[in-house]
Amino acid sequence: MKFGVIVFPGSNCDHDAYHVVSKHVGQPVDFVWHQETDLSGYDAVIVPGGFSYGDYLRAGALARFSPVMKAIKDFAAEGKFVFGICNGFQILCEAGLLPGALMRNAGLHFVCKHINLRLESANTPFTSEVDPAKVLSIPIAHAEGNYTCDDATYNSLEENGQIVFRYCDENGGITAAANPNGARANIAGICNLDRNVLGMMPHPERACEEMLGSNDGRDIFRSLTKAIAQIETAA
Amino acid sequence: MKAIVYVTLKPSVLDPQGKAIHHSVESLGFDNIGDIRQGKYFEIALDESVSEADARSAVERIAKDVLANPVIEDYRVEIA
Repeated sequence: MKFGVIVFPGSNCDHDAYHVVSKHVGQPVDFVWHQETDLSGYDAVIVPGGFSYGDYLRAGALARFSPVMKAIKDFAAEGKFVFGICNGFQILCEAGLLPGALMRNAGLHFVCKHINLRLESANTPFTSEVDPAKVLSIPIAHAEGNYTCDDATYNSLEENGQIVFRYCDENGGITAAANPNGARANIAGICNLDRNVLGMMPHPERACEEMLGSNDGRDIFRSLTKAIAQIETAA
Repeated sequence: MKAIVYVTLKPSVLDPQGKAIHHSVESLGFDNIGDIRQGKYFEIALDESVSEADARSAVERIAKDVLANPVIEDYRVEIA
């Protein structure tokens, strides 16, 4: 089992992701520079948070043209796991690996705080080990997390169970007050139709240690590790 | 030859930045402004040898693939 953490110019959560995979997941992990074109040898890649290309033009818009993105598209098409966090989610949307777009927060502020998150679908390789009854505490840190899509896309996300996380209050209620950025229907994370590509604005890699205020993020990495192990056992 | 590309948010998409600008404008005393929406403007210089038709088709593609995100934005190309 091997993880890759993609590094773009301007990525800044790459070391956090690397730390969590190596220390808490306990699996081999490499940094993968964005000029790389070969991802063979990896089972999952994390597209980390940060400000790739300084968020020039639109968040994620220029990273999409990095050579590694073609490799990530092929990687995803092979059924391997792609996990975009924050700027990674923005990049995956810009690249067309996930539907919709992430716009400027409705309140215009850069919002950096722990938020409550409700699991909407345990039926993904990223969330099989997450307790659906639990309200997760995971931090967000973004200015462009306002998920938007047209009605047809929203309906198909709903019908296919592709909405994976929603912002909620401390009791799990999906309310406007619990929505930190104006995202449509409180959407915090979605997966693709094949369920092997996940994008989310909150940072589970920053919630894997009690001393950081929460270790709720670990269940997501544990799910992914289990999914990879199952594939390895079957092979 | 020069091409101009305007990128604007689709009418159905809310524009929080435009709203904030609107509030600032109102605070200047302009209370008759209906709405302000923010967009982007690009100037693209092309070789003089390129025909207008080729320039237009190249810039249309640049606008569609790079400058605008078709999920939330529209674009308009002018060849100057």
